[in-house]
Amino acid sequence: MPIWRQIVRGLRTLTNRKASDRDISDEMESYLEQASAELVASGLSKDEARRAARLNLGSPTAVREQVRSYGWENLVASFFSDVRYAVRRLRGNPGFTTVSVLTLALGIGASTAIFSVIEGVLLKPLPYPESERIVALRHTAPGLHIDDMNMAASLYFTYSEETRAFQDVAMWSNDTGSVTGLGQPEEVPAIIVSHRFLSVLGVKPAIGREFVAGDEHPSGERAVILSDGYWKSHFGGDRSVLGRRMVVDGEAYRVIGVLPPSFQFMDRAVSLMIPQRTNRANVRLISFCCQGLARMKPGVTLAEANADVARMLPMAPLKFAVNPGFGANVFAESRFAPRLRLLKDYLIGDIAKTLWVLMGTVGIVLLIACANVANLLLVRADGRQQELAVRSALGAGRGRIAWELLLESLLLGGAGGALGLALAYGALRLLTASGLEHLPRIHEISIDSTVLVFTLGISLAAGLLFGLIPVFKYAQPQISDALRSAGRSLSQSKERHRTRSLLVVVQVALALVLMVGSGLMLRTFQALRHIDPGFAGAEEVETLRISIPESQVKEPDRAIRMEEDVLRKVEEIAGVSSVAMIGSLPLDGDGNDPVYVESPAFPAGAVPPIRRYKFVSPGYFRTVRARLIAGREVTWSETYSQAPVAVISENMARELWHDPRAAIGKRIRPTLKDDWREVIGVVGDMPDDGVDQKAPGIVYWPLLRKNFESSATDETRSVALVIRTPRAGSTALLKELQQAVASVNSSLPLADVKTLQSVYDHSLARTSFTLVLLGIAGGVALVLGVIGIYGVISYSVSQRTREIGIRLALGAPLQGVAGMFVRHGMILSGIGAVCGLTVAFALTRLMKSLLYDVSPADPVTYAAVSAGLIFAAMLASYLPARKASQVDPVVALRSE
Amino acid sequence: MDEPTTDVIQGTLDMLILKTLSLEPLHGFGIARRIEQISRGVFKVNPGSLLTALQRLERSGWLDAEWRQTENSRRARIYTLTRAGKKQLENETADWSRRASAIARLLKAEG
Repeated sequence: MPIWRQIVRGLRTLTNRKASDRDISDEMESYLEQASAELVASGLSKDEARRAARLNLGSPTAVREQVRSYGWENLVASFFSDVRYAVRRLRGNPGFTTVSVLTLALGIGASTAIFSVIEGVLLKPLPYPESERIVALRHTAPGLHIDDMNMAASLYFTYSEETRAFQDVAMWSNDTGSVTGLGQPEEVPAIIVSHRFLSVLGVKPAIGREFVAGDEHPSGERAVILSDGYWKSHFGGDRSVLGRRMVVDGEAYRVIGVLPPSFQFMDRAVSLMIPQRTNRANVRLISFCCQGLARMKPGVTLAEANADVARMLPMAPLKFAVNPGFGANVFAESRFAPRLRLLKDYLIGDIAKTLWVLMGTVGIVLLIACANVANLLLVRADGRQQELAVRSALGAGRGRIAWELLLESLLLGGAGGALGLALAYGALRLLTASGLEHLPRIHEISIDSTVLVFTLGISLAAGLLFGLIPVFKYAQPQISDALRSAGRSLSQSKERHRTRSLLVVVQVALALVLMVGSGLMLRTFQALRHIDPGFAGAEEVETLRISIPESQVKEPDRAIRMEEDVLRKVEEIAGVSSVAMIGSLPLDGDGNDPVYVESPAFPAGAVPPIRRYKFVSPGYFRTVRARLIAGREVTWSETYSQAPVAVISENMARELWHDPRAAIGKRIRPTLKDDWREVIGVVGDMPDDGVDQKAPGIVYWPLLRKNFESSATDETRSVALVIRTPRAGSTALLKELQQAVASVNSSLPLADVKTLQSVYDHSLARTSFTLVLLGIAGGVALVLGVIGIYGVISYSVSQRTREIGIRLALGAPLQGVAGMFVRHGMILSGIGAVCGLTVAFALTRLMKSLLYDVSPADPVTYAAVSAGLIFAAMLASYLPARKASQVDPVVALRSE
Repeated sequence: MDEPTTDVIQGTLDMLILKTLSLEPLHGFGIARRIEQISRGVFKVNPGSLLTALQRLERSGWLDAEWRQTENSRRARIYTLTRAGKKQLENETADWSRRASAIARLLKAEG
């Protein structure tokens, strides 16, 4: 209660000082009246009584001040008046204030933007309850040279049945589905899941129910759960959608639920969630179809979960029959082992390093900005030195002066922070709009409370950092010196310059570090651009996907014929020079499987190395302009006759037979039960997992295959068309493509329309993203560093005008005087460059994983960057130095 | 007034004000006058200190204040002791007595 009274009275005084002053005056007046009334009663005249009472009270002003001084609000009021005073001083010097605030806003804005990315991507937990218990069930098979491998259906059942560490186990895989009967036929993204999938994530449908075991039964009715977005766009958010049927890939599905709006999984916007319908009885041991996901029991660690999976792995061969053509101990031979990771780590991948390097980069930019502002503040404090000395002589305490100086800095920091926040907001909008697809969790990035606290923290820290430097130097002025020099300024001692010079050295050093960083990224980017992707003229290749569902065209060869029909129609479009098809585009990756070779044969029972499998139509290599090194492409007649032929990549041919030409006529097959296939062509290597990754050994099989991977006929129903035309990327072409496809089959949706060039650019996206950001940071750092040098030299020139005048009057040559200042600038930048090189040498090791084909100690980069920086520094010190040589001795000597 | 006057002992003004008001509500001048009277003129209250102390005590919730007409039909701020003030007075009185008797014992002690 008393506290309440304190607060209310304090606030009243703060908001209405006049009223509270009047209260005090009234009280004093009443006191006087009472006192004089008593004196009158004791016999004094009215006037005398009044005078006596006043005398007794003492000075009214003193009393009022005494009464007023009580209360917490006085501290607040004096704080506000200090702030007002500081703001007025800052506004009195708009040039200085604008430059400082903008510089800080740049540094703080960049730090805030990158921090919000780090917060959203790395730090924030995944949007599931107790998400730290969710793991991705990955494996590794060193015996097959596979680092990181997905999960088999056999393992899903084994883990579900035998686990001790997991609360729930699930299996999922990405898919797409052709939805018909809801307007235009449409290919929509879908996810196929086992029935406990949502329980593993801890997500419940917003309406309707989860999947149950019965939904997986192959003979039961098909069920589907819709995403919130799909439900709203295609069913208008109607709750009566539950129980309705929809047609996906020609089959009827019953809608049983709708996911909550916030649902997301692995950054993929999914429209349909469909239960898997795997018949456990038909599952073979090697059935690596899917991704595994599990929720650990409370208190179980990742190591314990790994141990549990290692315990269960040997059980799988006992539960499931091994596929024909494989030895029973295939798991043991391939040294198959668990490699579980937290789902978050698995989703984020290796982006963490890039982001921390960027955070370090913007941190350095902020430091440079602080050094710049500190330098400006020093110049200002220098100008105020006499004022401060006078005030100090009149009794202003050291703390008081320090507080004033610091308050100005904190205000600058605060203003810079506010503006920086606005900049960061804009930058993030740009970033999310640019749809940088390689950045995981990009849609979870936002300026939230954690980011705000971070911004506030760095703004205050920056304010303190650059504010304390002038405070230490000037809060206790050398009164006598300062007052004496007021009359006639002496040339400044070296000591006076030392702090500013030190700051410039620091700036130059840090700028050099950033420039080396961006130089290394630039070299990496160049190196990547020089890698031969194996195809050429990609900007003139349009690509799109179609797939022929089994429900529409049952016979494999008719499906392939329909694909060829589409191809022929597309060929007729004006400007199209050639068209072909492939199962998955280059750089898009695809499945791996072992390849057996007839000669030299592998030891019996051993699993041979795995190769990338791709499936191509005739004319594919010609269309993407791949280098056909030996032999020829597959023909259409071979495709339809299911001839046992294949084309392999150059690296695979060299590895097996040392010479591409020697590969022609050799025979290979996927499993021991399949037909042998003759190698009819060898084609140049194409990287498939990203431009910076080594090109895998690739086998290109025809679209239609006999006795392949244990099935009598195997066909590729989902293909990407590659279309070479100068019109690639135009909307007019897209229209004609739609018509061409529709003229063959009106219920075939076109998916994933893009140029081959964009596939290539996408693969370089992360490097170019890092390059652009580091480049901007390096550029800003260079500009700030150069401004720093310019500032110090021109200030030094302006302070030494008199000295220059004397020198010139005594006959010093003009060039000598100018050279003196340029030399000063060069010494500063030289020291800075040496320090910077040392720091860069130590720090750039941290970005090794971001580099390709460039050493972190790349001499070319270091030399070029140093030379560039020294040149810029020379220019920055030459400009003010030239001014020095233009000093007129007479004017200079008279000027004071 | 036969004894020489002196300022109120440091730190006891609050207690004296509370004590005075525990007898009856008074205005500022009345409080000063009453302290002088009861102490038989030994203690003289400085008006500045008194008004500041009143402000402080009121803010602390030990006094309530209200503008009222006095018996000689002048307007004055009349202070009343609150319940919390009463308690505070008891504490301060007890504390003071303890200290005063300790000092008295010290002064009476003989070598």
